[in-house]
Amino acid sequence: MAVGLTHYLLVSLALFLLGWFCVLTRRNAIGILMGVELILNSANINYLAFSRYGSGAYDGQLFAIFVIMLAAAEAAIGLAIILGIYQTFQTIDVEATDTLRG
Amino acid sequence: MEHPTSVDYLRWIVLSPLIGAAINGLAGAALQRRFGKRAISVLACAAVLVAFLLSVRVFLHLNGLPPEGRFLLDHCWTWLDAGGLRADVAFWADPLSAVMLLVVTGVGGLIHLYATGYMHDDAAYWRFFAWLNLFTFAMLTLVLGDNLLLMFVGWEGVGLCSYALIGFWYSSTANAQAGNKAFIVNRIGDFGFVLGIFLLYWSLADVGHPTVAFRELAQHVHALEGMTFWGVGTATLVTMLLFVGATGKSAQIPLYVWLPDAMAGPTPVSALIHAATMVTAGVYMIARLNFLFDMAPLTLSVVAWTGTLTALGAATIALAQTDIKRVLAYSTVSQLGYMFMGMGAGAYTAGIFHLTTHAFFKACLFLGSGSVIHAMGGEQDIRKMGGLRRAMPTTYWTFLLSTIAIAGIFPFAGFFSKDEILWKHFSTERGSQAIWALGLLGAGLTAFYMFRLVFLTFHGENRSDPHTREHLHESPAIMTGPLVVLAALATVGGTMGWPQALGGTHWLEQWFAPVFEHGAHASAHGGGHAGTHEYATEWVLMGVSVSVALLGILLARAMYVTGSLSPKKLTEAAGGALYRWVSNKYYVDELYDVVFVRGTLLLTRLCAAFDRYVIDGVVDGSAAVTRFVSWGNGLFDNYVIDGLVNRLAGGTMVVGNRVRQLQTGSINGYLYALVAGVVVVMVVRLL
Amino acid sequence: MSGWGIADLVFGVIAAVTIVSAAGVAFSKNIVYSAFALMGTFMGVAALYVFLAADFVAVIQVLIYVGGILVLTLFAVMLTHRIADVRISNRSVGVLPGLVVVVAVGAVMAKAVLGANWLGRRPETPHPTTAGIGNAFLGDYLLPFELASVVLLAALVGAVVLSRKELK
Repeated sequence: MAVGLTHYLLVSLALFLLGWFCVLTRRNAIGILMGVELILNSANINYLAFSRYGSGAYDGQLFAIFVIMLAAAEAAIGLAIILGIYQTFQTIDVEATDTLRG
Repeated sequence: MEHPTSVDYLRWIVLSPLIGAAINGLAGAALQRRFGKRAISVLACAAVLVAFLLSVRVFLHLNGLPPEGRFLLDHCWTWLDAGGLRADVAFWADPLSAVMLLVVTGVGGLIHLYATGYMHDDAAYWRFFAWLNLFTFAMLTLVLGDNLLLMFVGWEGVGLCSYALIGFWYSSTANAQAGNKAFIVNRIGDFGFVLGIFLLYWSLADVGHPTVAFRELAQHVHALEGMTFWGVGTATLVTMLLFVGATGKSAQIPLYVWLPDAMAGPTPVSALIHAATMVTAGVYMIARLNFLFDMAPLTLSVVAWTGTLTALGAATIALAQTDIKRVLAYSTVSQLGYMFMGMGAGAYTAGIFHLTTHAFFKACLFLGSGSVIHAMGGEQDIRKMGGLRRAMPTTYWTFLLSTIAIAGIFPFAGFFSKDEILWKHFSTERGSQAIWALGLLGAGLTAFYMFRLVFLTFHGENRSDPHTREHLHESPAIMTGPLVVLAALATVGGTMGWPQALGGTHWLEQWFAPVFEHGAHASAHGGGHAGTHEYATEWVLMGVSVSVALLGILLARAMYVTGSLSPKKLTEAAGGALYRWVSNKYYVDELYDVVFVRGTLLLTRLCAAFDRYVIDGVVDGSAAVTRFVSWGNGLFDNYVIDGLVNRLAGGTMVVGNRVRQLQTGSINGYLYALVAGVVVVMVVRLL
Repeated sequence: MSGWGIADLVFGVIAAVTIVSAAGVAFSKNIVYSAFALMGTFMGVAALYVFLAADFVAVIQVLIYVGGILVLTLFAVMLTHRIADVRISNRSVGVLPGLVVVVAVGAVMAKAVLGANWLGRRPETPHPTTAGIGNAFLGDYLLPFELASVVLLAALVGAVVLSRKELK
């Protein structure tokens, strides 16, 4: 059978799971952010796949653009926060940032 | 009754002694120190003298008026004018008050003179005369008042002065207690009197004639005919209540007990207040309201019988008394009984006649006894006296003349008045022959005990100790003078009431006619046929009463002078019990003490106990209950409420501690939680 | 795999590359290695976008993700470690539970993907999308477009504020 919607969905699923794994297990803050990027990318693939194999309109693509833009903004803020963490804790190991521990 | 003549000098009769009392009372101590006792006595006696002269003027003025118009009115000012009640400070003089005025001011004046000598050695001289003048003022207000309220003011005033004068030597507790007794017993009577006034006014107001003035009462009181109050005839109830007041003031049964104890006061006081004036207020009141009493035959009958029983009872007690003043005191009670006896038969003239003659001889007797006590250096026991006629002749002769008068021997004053009372009871339909008989018996007893007194005191050998015997002397002229005057009056005073049966015109009865119109008619009707044609019955009865009196005298003589009869036989009769009963006044005082005094004290104690145990108990009990409830509340608050709050806090702490552990601070941990939630949702959706 | 043409084969290669790079990101112990693997992933995804006839989006992906975000990430890595560190650690913890969860969820989702009856449609021929997207941004999607610029402004200001050092 030819490459269809399902294949794309599987690819995005794989990316999603890997991104999720990153988020769950990484100790480095930047590593976690990378995981988040992966998840966002997988979502984008989904959007575009459904846009092409679904309605055929531009909606999916427009949305993907918005996602990319927001991802960029979020990455910027996130990295600024990480820099702030580094200045406070002298490390970006998330295990060290537990001063809010109860 | 015609319109009364308006005058303006009556008020001075009343004001003169008041001014004397005011000056002596307020400045007396200073005056006495500066000018001596002479100043006080001059002031006091002058005040009464002025009143006496004005009383004579009243008499002459009335005499000059036609009989139907013999009424003087001196209106000073309007005292009360509230609602329908109108009472003025106004003075009313009619034939009745004229006679009373002469008695009060005349006899009172003589007693004032006597007292200046008798009280000479007393330091509180000024206080005595201040009270004496004040008493005279109150008595004159009583006599001259034109309405019941003003009369009541005088009534209370004489009670107050009597209390003050009885307890004049108040440093002795016994004297003060005697004064208390007099005042309290009087008060009981006054309560009845006041209720009578209220009821009278109220009933009159119901029939449209609200008034307390005597002249208006005389006109309108007939409106009360046939009215009843709580089932009893109104007139009867009113007069009974007024009579209760009279029994208190005039020492009749059952409120006579204060008068013998009142002898604790100085002798002039006994003479003035308890012989001549205050005690006669009750008799005067009945005479004043004769028109009202005429409407209540039941009350008149009660009055007559009360008087009779009192007369007889007091006479028996006097038989066994050993204190000279006590004998005279019981004699006074007895003679007052005679006066009421007369009033009860509707013989108002006779009653007032006896009042007047009694004032003469009783005052003389009291003053004479004062003279004796003075000479004996304060001794009052007649068993320790004797043979005084040699040492004090003037006193003896005046005393003897007055005693003959009281015994009712013709032609002395006492005979006429007492005999008229007895005659009225025998002969009129309002009288009672039973009362006549008892009155006769009483007359005999009177003669007996009075002559016993004379014989023991003045005759025989002197039984006192040598020291007293040396000092026996006649009293000074200032004291014997009044004695002589009074004895003379006691001797010839009967002429004012010389009965028609003996050829006289009975001036007094005619004089009183305008006041006692009804009474005069009634008694005239009763004794009508005997009065106009035959006097035989009357002569016989006169002879009988004189004989009875002579019998009493002879008996006394036999017992105490010649010794042929021994008093011991009587005293030891019935094992001495009879004697003990009589000499202890039938234990009436003791009875009153147990029943009323102790009864009241018991009631007081009951109330106090009730208050302490029940009322206070309730209060304390409620306090205890409140404390208990609050204790319970405290427990509840401490253990339940606080427990709840504490548990809550503890629980929150525990939960918080557990939840705190969620805050690991580990970002990975949070992410895991996130994922876990998602997984759970997914699983749930799948299932 | 029968019936695959050349295009499908290329697709398969590119998909493999992407997934392997992603695995590299996930399992690498060195952060810099992960960053570069991420670049590979981004590139692969861009290629996939081209396959999905989203040419503009693919370019945007390369420009922004690789040129912007990745560079930024590398800057952050450099700034938060000592420059002399060659081996920058990127250790993982709790790998096993993570694997378990991921595999479980993955299984479920795979079942959903494979089992669902997707409404397939014959895709039309690819054509340039730039003009159309442009028109859409200034037409129907004007508001989101403007809002997006506001968001970016906020992000800009926020980033500056956050990374500012307090003047002592």
